[in-house]
Amino acid sequence: MIAELGHFALIIALAMALLLSLVPMIGSFRGYSSWMRLASSLSLGQLLFVAVSFVCLAIAFLMDDFSLKYVSQNSNTALPDHYKISAVWAAHEGSLMLWALILAGWTAAVALFSRSLPLVLSARILSVLGAISVGFALFLILTSNPFERLLPMVPMEGADLNPLLQDIGLIIHPPMLYMGYVGFAVPFAFAIAALIGGQFDSAWARWSRPWINLAWVFLTIGITLGSWWAYYELGWGGWWFWDPVENASLMPWLVGTALMHSVSATEKRGVFRSWTLLLAIFAFSLSLLGTFLVRSGILTSVHAFASDPERGVFMLMFLAIVTGGSLILFALRGPAMQKVKAYSGWSREVMLLINNLILVSAMTMILIGTLYPLVADVLELGKISVGPPYFNFFFVPLTVGLVIAMGIAVFTRWKSTEVNLILGKIPVPFLVAIISAGILPFYLSLDYSYSITGGLTIFMSVWLVATIAKDLIEKMGINLKRIAKLSHSYLGMQLAHTGLAICILGVGLSSAYDQIRELRMAPGDKALIAGYEFTFSGVNAIAGPNFSAFQAHIIVTKNNQVVANLFPEKRHYNAGGQVMTEADIDPSITRDIYVSMGEPLADGAWALSLQVKPFVRCIWLGALMVSIGGLLAATDRRYRRRRQSASNNEVAL
Amino acid sequence: MHPIRKQRLQIVVLIVIASSLAAGLIVYMLGQNANYFFTPSQVLQGEAPKNITIRAGGMVVDGSIERSSDSLDVSFLVTDGLADLKIYYSGILPDLFAEGEAAIATGKLDGDKVLQASQVLAKHDENYTPPEVADAMKQAYDLKQQEQYQSQEAKK
Repeated sequence: MIAELGHFALIIALAMALLLSLVPMIGSFRGYSSWMRLASSLSLGQLLFVAVSFVCLAIAFLMDDFSLKYVSQNSNTALPDHYKISAVWAAHEGSLMLWALILAGWTAAVALFSRSLPLVLSARILSVLGAISVGFALFLILTSNPFERLLPMVPMEGADLNPLLQDIGLIIHPPMLYMGYVGFAVPFAFAIAALIGGQFDSAWARWSRPWINLAWVFLTIGITLGSWWAYYELGWGGWWFWDPVENASLMPWLVGTALMHSVSATEKRGVFRSWTLLLAIFAFSLSLLGTFLVRSGILTSVHAFASDPERGVFMLMFLAIVTGGSLILFALRGPAMQKVKAYSGWSREVMLLINNLILVSAMTMILIGTLYPLVADVLELGKISVGPPYFNFFFVPLTVGLVIAMGIAVFTRWKSTEVNLILGKIPVPFLVAIISAGILPFYLSLDYSYSITGGLTIFMSVWLVATIAKDLIEKMGINLKRIAKLSHSYLGMQLAHTGLAICILGVGLSSAYDQIRELRMAPGDKALIAGYEFTFSGVNAIAGPNFSAFQAHIIVTKNNQVVANLFPEKRHYNAGGQVMTEADIDPSITRDIYVSMGEPLADGAWALSLQVKPFVRCIWLGALMVSIGGLLAATDRRYRRRRQSASNNEVAL
Repeated sequence: MHPIRKQRLQIVVLIVIASSLAAGLIVYMLGQNANYFFTPSQVLQGEAPKNITIRAGGMVVDGSIERSSDSLDVSFLVTDGLADLKIYYSGILPDLFAEGEAAIATGKLDGDKVLQASQVLAKHDENYTPPEVADAMKQAYDLKQQEQYQSQEAKK
C-alpha cells in the first residue's frame, strides 16, 4: 500500500514538473504574469510529492517490505535501522530517487529565495529546472521504478546491503555529492534563462554567485568524503585512483571552480560574460555525464555495479538533449552577450583567466583520458584502460602552474596593476618557499635523503601560505581584531586557498614518503617500518550484528613505547557471504599508521598490509577548509543586500 | 593595431599554440599509458606484446591457486573457456578474489606467456562481472559453439 502511494506521488510529481516546465515558460513569452507566478507554487508542490514518494520508499525499507524488488535486493532484516535508511540510495533506483528529491529541493529553494529577481527571469529559471525534473522523473518511472513489486513470489529475506556500503561515510557521501551535482542545475538554469532572455548583467551574476558557491561546497564535501571512505573502507590505504567515476566527479568540480572564479570577474567587472555562461552549462553537463558514467556501468570501475544497458541509452539521450540544446542556444545568443572591456597584462582579470585556462585544461585532459577507452571500444580499437601515469603527468604540472598563479594573483588588482608593485611583494614569500623546499625534505625522510616530490610539495604549500599571510598582514596589520572588517568573500577565499595548500601538502608528502609493506606474518612476528615496530600478536574470532570476523591484534611501538594497539578485521557477512577488509588506523596530523588484513595463510600466519603514511590526513583536513572557505564566501553581506540592488537594476526584457 | 584587437590576437595565438601542444602531448601520453585488455586465448596465441603493461583476465580456474609457504608470492590460472593463462603476483589479493570468479590482472608478459602482475582486481559485488571478462567468456563460448557445430557438420 505504502509503495503504491509512493509510486502515485512520484507520478503526480512528474505531472507537476511537466506543468512547471511549460506554464511559466510560455507565460514568460506571452507576458501572462499569472502563469509566471505559478512557478513557485508548482516548485513547492513538486518538492512535496517527491518527498512523499521518497519517504514511502524509506518506510518500505524500515518495514522490511521485501515484496518490493528494490528493497529485497538491498536490505535485510538484520541490517541496523540507520543502514536501512541509507540503503534507500545504495543502488540505482534509489540513487535516482535521491537525485530527484535533491533537484526538487534546489528548485524549491530557488523559488523561495528568488523573489527579488524580475518575475520573467525567475519563472524561466524555475521552468528550466522543471524540465530537468521531467527528465529524471521519466527516467525513474519508465526505466528504474524503485516501487516495482515481486509478486506473488515474495522473498522471506532480503539479499542485504552490499557490506562495502554499510558505513557512515557512505550514508552521507552520496547525498553530499548529489547536492553538488544537482546544485549545478541552478547556475545552469540561470544561464539558460539568461540566454533565452538575451540579457546578462552583473546584478544577475551577483545573484547566481552564492548558488554556485553552495553547489560547489557540497560537491567538494562529497568528493572529500568519497576519498576518505575509499581510504579507510577499501582497505588498501589509497585515497585516489583516477578511477573513471572519481574522474566523473572531479570534472564538474574543476569546471565549477573555474565558474566560481570567472563569475567573480563577471560580477565585479562585467567581463567574461559568455564564458561564464558556457562554464555554467558545462558544469551541469559534466554532472550529468558523471551520473551517466556511474549509472550506466559502461566503464570498469569500483563503482560499476550490475547495470542495465537500456538505462544507459536513456541517460545518454537525456545528456545529449540537455548539452546539445543548451549549446545550440548558446551559439545563437552567447556571442551577443559579450562586452569588451580593456584590461592589462597584470590585472586580476588576466590572473582569473589563467586560473580558468588551467582548470579547464585539467578537466579536458581528464575527460579525454576517461572517455578514450569508451571511444576505443566503440571503434573496436581494443579494450583499453588508461593508467594513473597519464593523469599524473598532466595534473601535477597544471597544479604547480595553478599554485604559482594563485600566489601572484592575491597581489593583483582589477583592471591593471603596477608591475613593480607585484614584483616588490613576491620575493619574500618566494624565498621562504624556496628555502623551506630546500631544507625540510631532508628532515622528513628517514635517511636524510632529498625527495624532489617532497621538495616541490613543500615549495607549493609554503608559497601559497606565505603569499596569503603577506596579503592578510598588509590588509589588517598584525591586529587580529581587524579581521572582522574584512569581507566574508575575501576571508572565504583566503581560507579556501590555505585549505588547498594543506591538501597539497597531504597529497605530496604522503605520496613521497609513505611506506607500504605487504608481509606474511605468523603470531609473534615483528616488522620494522619507518621507525615503528609492528608486532603481530594473533587473531581472534568475533561476531558483529550481521557478520562474523577474524580480528587481528597488532601492537605498534616506537623506541620501546607502545604507540597503538590496532585491531583490523576480516569480516564475513552472513547474508551474502561477502568478505570485507576493515582496516584499523592510528591517526594523527603528521602520520597515519594503517593496518589491514589479507588472507589467512598456512600455520596460523596471515597476509598483512602495514603502512605508515605521513601527513595523509592533511588531504581531507585541507579539503574541509576549502569547503568552509566556500561556505564563508557564500555568506558575504553583498549577496544579502541583493534585494535593493536588484530593484535598482530594473531589467527590461 | 587597436589595443583590444591586439589583446584578442595575443589570446588567440596563445590558445592555438597551447592547445596544439596539449593535443600532441595528450595523444602521446594516451599511447604510452593505454593498457590493452587481452583474453587468455589471445595471449596464448601470441597476440599480446611482451614487456608492455597489459591487462588480462578471465575466470580463476578451480584448484589453480598456489601460495608460496614463506612469502606472499602466489600464482593462479585464469581461463576464458578455451585457454588458461598463468598469472604470478606478489602481495595481498582482493577480498572477492576466489576460484571460479572473475579477476583482471595488470602486468607484463614474460617470455613464457606468463603474466607477472603488478595489480589484481576482482569483482566488487556478487552480481557484477567486469565487462571485459564477460565479453571474453562470451567470445570463447561462441567460438566453441561454432567449432562444435562445424565438427558435427564434418561428421555428417
